[in-house]
Amino acid sequence: MAEALYQREVYGKTLVELGKDHQNIIVLDADLSSSTKTKLFGKAYPERFFNFGVAEQNMMATAAGLASCGKVVFASTFAMFATGRAWDQLRNSVCYNNFNVKLVATHAGVSVGEDGASHQAIEDIALMRSIPNMKIIVPCDGPETKDAVIAALNTPGPFYIRLSRAKVPTIEEKKPFKLGKSCVIKEGNDVSIFACGIMVEQAIKAEEILKKEGISARVINMHTLRPLDEEMIIKCVKETKGLVVCEEHTVVGGLASAIDEVVCENIPTKVIRVGIRNRFGQSGSPAELLKEYNLTGSDIVIAAKKVLSAKGG
Amino acid sequence: MNPQPDIKKLEEQACNIRISIIEMLSKAGSGHPGGSLSCAEVITVLFFHVLRIKPQDPNWPDRDRFHLSKGHSCPVLYAALAERGYFDKKELSNLRRLGALLQGHPDRRTPGIEVASGSLGQGLSVALGMSLAGRIDKKDYRVYCLMGDGEIQEGNIWEAAMACAHYKCDNLCAVLDYNGFQIDGKISEIMALEPLKDKWQAFGWHAVEINGHNIAEIIKAFEEAKTIKGKPTIIIAKTTKGKGVSCMENVVDFHGRAPNETETKQALEDLKKKKSL
Repeated sequence: MAEALYQREVYGKTLVELGKDHQNIIVLDADLSSSTKTKLFGKAYPERFFNFGVAEQNMMATAAGLASCGKVVFASTFAMFATGRAWDQLRNSVCYNNFNVKLVATHAGVSVGEDGASHQAIEDIALMRSIPNMKIIVPCDGPETKDAVIAALNTPGPFYIRLSRAKVPTIEEKKPFKLGKSCVIKEGNDVSIFACGIMVEQAIKAEEILKKEGISARVINMHTLRPLDEEMIIKCVKETKGLVVCEEHTVVGGLASAIDEVVCENIPTKVIRVGIRNRFGQSGSPAELLKEYNLTGSDIVIAAKKVLSAKGG
Repeated sequence: MNPQPDIKKLEEQACNIRISIIEMLSKAGSGHPGGSLSCAEVITVLFFHVLRIKPQDPNWPDRDRFHLSKGHSCPVLYAALAERGYFDKKELSNLRRLGALLQGHPDRRTPGIEVASGSLGQGLSVALGMSLAGRIDKKDYRVYCLMGDGEIQEGNIWEAAMACAHYKCDNLCAVLDYNGFQIDGKISEIMALEPLKDKWQAFGWHAVEINGHNIAEIIKAFEEAKTIKGKPTIIIAKTTKGKGVSCMENVVDFHGRAPNETETKQALEDLKKKKSL
């Protein structure tokens, strides 16, 4: 793993880069532009940047109005407020109209750290996955964040892109990004470990531990949750002995649920979920919190062994 | 804008729109007559006098934008759109049916509908987005947004009110259909709004109070709004819920109930009598 980057820093810089040739890009924020890094765009193109203050509902419905006039709108705030506070505006004014609004939310999950539970969105993916038309990308690192933003710009309709607060290491083994196509990072044939966002790094750590113990794990970076790469899921069920799904999110309604839905309808098998179970977050350092909520490589190892023993592997 | 408005003709048009509202709701068997009838004059003035539109080219880039924030009053809008030729009048009799062009609340499948509405409180923000887009694109179109009085109890409206003034949206004109009733009863009893003009002024708006059934006053207010620079305008149009139909005027039950056969007959008689005056 190479250099660690802030995904939000990459996001801000990418917007500035794209803003030059794409005059129809408008960027909105709700008083968090220093944190989400949309202020970089605001500095470069002040006439195409609007700060709405602490008023996410207004930001979201205004995004719809701008999009109705042909603009591609990137709207940003923390994941908690982007998906929770303005859900109705997102559903009725943005997604129902299938508008070009790209919601790029930062500070997702417990790795927000010391700010604690009120600021740690752990149910945002579930909220976004329930709305028709919404496409969802959870990039695993800095470079993939750039890929996600470009894909959202080039694909019509609403998007939710989920970013972290903390620096994340760059995953070197990735293949070129393709919307809706997952990417195998480690080949293996005993167990398949699906992950998105910062959990891809943890899944790779788990693969290394498992390898030492003679268990061959396949690691899949499931960066796109909508549209979901169903083909890969079914292939992994056929080619390995069990599935583990890892996400920095509640086990209800996120990546694990999405994969479970495909498995149940097509090829029932045992799936173990590594995620947050009916708890809110709390204050602490990101590393402490990943440990507290059983979101580390070691936790994934335990899950992998569990799924293999259930299969008699 | 047409230079010389024919007040008499516009009054007659408003009456035709009311007849159309009753007919389509009676046929549909459900819907919202009260708040549709209360803004018939405002919609008539907009669609037959004020708005710069090309019904044959609904997506003309330079068109004025109209957004119905109080989406439940769509029958009045559908009647006006049909009258202006956005779609065949026959569609009015399919209102609220499966697969219909005219949905129970506004949907973009209908020519002339810019943005869906129905969940209250979002429309002023939508209009703000249209207003900002016009400024960025250096277009001279104007943006009109019709809100309900119960609707402005939503917090989102006041977030938008702040932002429209902050961004000095003088190409935006909001209209409040102030009929004094919401589903559960009188506005003043459910959640009082007064002093309303003061509130909007305090939020940085130019506010005008008018009789929302007086065509000449409505026209004058829209003309005044065009001359106001550096701030948005709101026209607070005092209206009567269910206006023009004796059994519906100020009757809260008709916020969201269609007339039955007897009521429909009575309503059409009322309206036709008024038309012949």
